[in-house]
Amino acid sequence: MTQAPERYMGGGLPRKEDPNLLVGKANWTDNIKMLGMLHASMLRSPIAHGKVSNIDVSAAMEQPGVVAVYTGADLADLFPGGVICGAQVDEAQKNPAYPPIVIDEVNHLGDVVAVVVASDRYTAKDALEFIEVDYEELPVVTNMEAALADGAPLVHEDLGTNECFTWAAAAGNVEEVFGEEGSDSGSADVVVKERYIQQRLIPNAIEPRATVAMQEPGHSGFVVYTSTQVPHLAKIVLSLSTGIPENEIRVVAPDVGGGFGSKLNVYREEIISLVLAKKMGVPIKWVEERSENYLATIHGRGQLQDIELAATNDGKILGLRVKLLDDLGAYLQLLTPVIAVSGAGMFPGVYTFGAFSIEVKGVFTNMTPTDAYRGAGRPEAAYAIERAVDALARELDMDPAEVRRKNFYEPFDEPTDTPAGLQYDSMNMQAALDRVIEIADYKGLRAEQKKRRDEGDPVQLGIGFSTYTEICGLGPSQALAGLGLGGAGWEAASVRMLLTGKVEVATGTSPHGQGHETSWSQITADALGVTPDDVVVLHGDTAISPMGRDTYGSRSLAVGGVAVHLAAQKVVEKAKKIAAHMLEAAEGDLEFEGGKFSVAGSPDQNVAIGDVAATAFMGVGLPEGMEPGLNENMVFDPPNFTFPFGAHICVTEVDTETGFTKIRDYFA
Amino acid sequence: MRRIQMTVDGKPHVADVEPRLLLIHHLRENLGIGGAHSGCDTSSCGACTVLLDGESVKSCTLLTVQADGHEVTTVQGIAENGDYHPMQTAFHEQHGLQCGFCTPGMIMASISLLKENPDPTEDEIREGLEGNMCRCTGYENIVKSVQQAAGQIQGTPAKV
Repeated sequence: MTQAPERYMGGGLPRKEDPNLLVGKANWTDNIKMLGMLHASMLRSPIAHGKVSNIDVSAAMEQPGVVAVYTGADLADLFPGGVICGAQVDEAQKNPAYPPIVIDEVNHLGDVVAVVVASDRYTAKDALEFIEVDYEELPVVTNMEAALADGAPLVHEDLGTNECFTWAAAAGNVEEVFGEEGSDSGSADVVVKERYIQQRLIPNAIEPRATVAMQEPGHSGFVVYTSTQVPHLAKIVLSLSTGIPENEIRVVAPDVGGGFGSKLNVYREEIISLVLAKKMGVPIKWVEERSENYLATIHGRGQLQDIELAATNDGKILGLRVKLLDDLGAYLQLLTPVIAVSGAGMFPGVYTFGAFSIEVKGVFTNMTPTDAYRGAGRPEAAYAIERAVDALARELDMDPAEVRRKNFYEPFDEPTDTPAGLQYDSMNMQAALDRVIEIADYKGLRAEQKKRRDEGDPVQLGIGFSTYTEICGLGPSQALAGLGLGGAGWEAASVRMLLTGKVEVATGTSPHGQGHETSWSQITADALGVTPDDVVVLHGDTAISPMGRDTYGSRSLAVGGVAVHLAAQKVVEKAKKIAAHMLEAAEGDLEFEGGKFSVAGSPDQNVAIGDVAATAFMGVGLPEGMEPGLNENMVFDPPNFTFPFGAHICVTEVDTETGFTKIRDYFA
Repeated sequence: MRRIQMTVDGKPHVADVEPRLLLIHHLRENLGIGGAHSGCDTSSCGACTVLLDGESVKSCTLLTVQADGHEVTTVQGIAENGDYHPMQTAFHEQHGLQCGFCTPGMIMASISLLKENPDPTEDEIREGLEGNMCRCTGYENIVKSVQQAAGQIQGTPAKV
């Protein structure tokens, strides 16, 4: 037997998740089959905007194997709350009606017009062809600036505008630095003005979304198996949407094939599947096709960024003024309006200066709704400030590394205020930049670049920097409330040491590729002095971990992992009291190492934590008045976000004759 | 309905299927092989890759009737006596997977690749797996997994 390492955390460990995944025995939502289960298929709008004047489902109803066809009007009473948006960035934010199945108007390509329920997915899909819908097309708006212009077609006529909200924040004397809006009368020597386009993109998790909803066998409530990052959020949102009491809905995220933010949402198809299961009394399965994924799963990004960066002639940044247009799409999904707002605080990046202002305008367009995608507002900010700093370096004919260095914070490890009102936890950009410059041989790269320029080499060299920080570990409940999310940024864990010394950890995080089973086992093993193999991690089920806030926003380890650690510490604290009683020693005299409590100075007097667990379970021989069991819960609400930082260099070859680009090297 | 005969993961079977039934759906819905995944419906992502007579095919664009009389192997049929196939071992040891949804297709395509080219260069591995997408790993560790299975990484098991 090999010696157990001093610490499992930080060491490499073959993943505990792998065995089922490698042999094809994972439990994807689409693998779930239930007795009597029917399949749902959505009829989707083929146009981006229009009135639905008539829907005739009679021919579809007559198709063999079809059990039901429903329109929005048929099911409206069953989802009175519609599709729910969980963010209100300010009081004036306009929230359009978002029925899971439209009533009389479609607002983007792929909007759901009707649902067919049939014996299998082929039959359900065939029947869609027999539904007759009459559309009266309306003018379409897909460009944000056009959407804000006078007389623009309105996505939602009843709102009277395509502007959902305008959110703004400012610090320092922006007007003094930049001068009045539209003038060059400010105190700065130089102002660079840039416009960047963050194009929309499709998150494309490799497993399409899928949902199986049913009355829970043997219970009065419902269980919804769904390919999601957020079973706990889904439980609440499905309740608000359908009016089914929260305690009658259980949500399970089985194995989930990637999310990238796109499964940080609660979608109309999940709501529809649940209400169909309720109405029809049978299990309902819906599985997304990839073409539906492109139309009906949220898109990411979609920003128009106007950036002004003011500086002195020697490259000291004085201020940053940002104006964003944020393409929300046609409706508000779970977090749509808060994505750009939550990234707003990250525009100053790793640079310290006095004046900062930002305005975010959320704009409705006749497009698929946008929402969280990989970083969700934060990479957009890093992209903008990094490009703007490069533009400033070009303007001043300075080395982009030097402009950066000139504006870094002095290294710190105590919380430090930023122009955007955040508190960075620690930072040493100088060391990060020095290191990347060294490993990339930056001088050598510049020399090669110069040589190629001087010689007119058709293949030129590009050298790109990114020196960045990202706001991670969502998040302190109070801070999330400030963003219009209500709060609840905590994470929960239960650590249970069983009769036999084995350990169960129930976590409120919900992994979809991140490896929480392995990592949480390492954390627990270190805390309890057991091996990772002694630990089973349970997750992704609101019945298994009733408290949970799920996985997104770079939060799982920083918030959920800490909850696991603290719950395990509570187990050790209680076990110590029992061990002291068992050893007839004072608690203060006990040491805990390698899974054993021993009396300081008399190592022979010891008891293993597994034996303590057995005693605790039996409830015999415990200190007077102590509750049996070693079973501790922890809800951890972090005091701050975390702010990891780094420095990257990308080396790109550009063929100036063909335009072909190739990333030659990447250093970080 | 058409009557077909095929061997799937070593087991012969006969079935009556609709001529339009895709092989991926026959494997999943009729035979209960949950390890064959449907990712894109358009033979772009490769999650559905299985072997047909030892060669990789995308089962989302193959009709079941086209596999009539052939031998189909899925990720559920490559382990022997409960031991991983060397390619499965390599993916595990090299951390060649995260969410795991692309993994069965990736493993089957890699087995087929090494059968055609037992000693591929890194570029040949990347080109050989072009038809299989992974959204999690960034491919680095997938390439290493195939290299391990090809015996190119020292101190690792023999070739596939």
